[in-house]
Amino acid sequence: MIILEGTIGWITGASRGIGRATAVEAARQGASLILSARTVEGLEETALEIEQISGARSRIIACDVGDQNSLKAAFKEVIGHTKKLDFLVNNAGILRDAILGMISGTQIEEVMRTNLFSVIHTMQFASRLMMTHKSGSIVNVASIIGRTGNEGQVVYGASKAAVLGATKSAARELAPHGIRVNAVAPGVIDTSMIANIPTPKMQDLMRSIKMGRLGKPEEVAKVICMLASSYTSYVTGQVVGVDGGMWL
Amino acid sequence: MSENEKKLREAFASGLSLPEADINEDLQYATSQGWDSIAHMALIASLDSTFDIMIDTDDVIDLSSYPKAREILTKYGIQF
Repeated sequence: MIILEGTIGWITGASRGIGRATAVEAARQGASLILSARTVEGLEETALEIEQISGARSRIIACDVGDQNSLKAAFKEVIGHTKKLDFLVNNAGILRDAILGMISGTQIEEVMRTNLFSVIHTMQFASRLMMTHKSGSIVNVASIIGRTGNEGQVVYGASKAAVLGATKSAARELAPHGIRVNAVAPGVIDTSMIANIPTPKMQDLMRSIKMGRLGKPEEVAKVICMLASSYTSYVTGQVVGVDGGMWL
Repeated sequence: MSENEKKLREAFASGLSLPEADINEDLQYATSQGWDSIAHMALIASLDSTFDIMIDTDDVIDLSSYPKAREILTKYGIQF
């Protein structure tokens, strides 16, 4: 079953972790891809992996989604590359942990710009391309922290909760245009993002995962690809937890 | 009528789902029938695609009438 055959998709934050796994899975499922991340280094590795698996060549765009000028330049490059966009995966995000009393204004702005404002801007842009074909799917990568909160993650949690609100509101607005908007909320996934979690905290987290193990980026990628594809053609405004039963 | 004027009329008709005969200088956002906020985004997509441009968000907000659309498009190098 090839679920993204003949489609064109844009994946942000595609140089590592969930973004890279999503790019590889989407290519395996037949999609042609535009991949973006802050630097081309990791993207080239992702593109090479894709080429080895599917033979397809991906378009690489270096873009800091937290910088509006960089994002605008990326939009122009995407338009120059394709007039059709079947799906967008908003995956780029950053983590800046700090307890409430230690959060700087700069930190708040940086996290919100990258994790939230960029999602709104890319949805604005992608929906315009999708409207001309009256179809498309947008998948936003949120987090279980946006649902449950977590100590030391006031800003990150706020940004991801806001992504869920933006997803549902955009889903309502864009449904009449044939565009679906959904989100995934990964739990504790085995990526570099969890590398700095202290051992006692990690042990606590493991106890809260009903399935008793970390998630794999590939397991999130498969859900994202399913939401991006026409297999979920009547699904919009939904948040799919990919968390091994952490949020029940 | 210039080629671009013709394209502008067609883009409006397509974006607002109106017959071309209904496209005129009096068309205004929110007051003309068929030009609500949802149709507005479809119109912008139609203009982007017709003229192969990407209209900035500030201009999307400013684009409030048919003559204003012509004025804004001129900024993107479209001549009428």
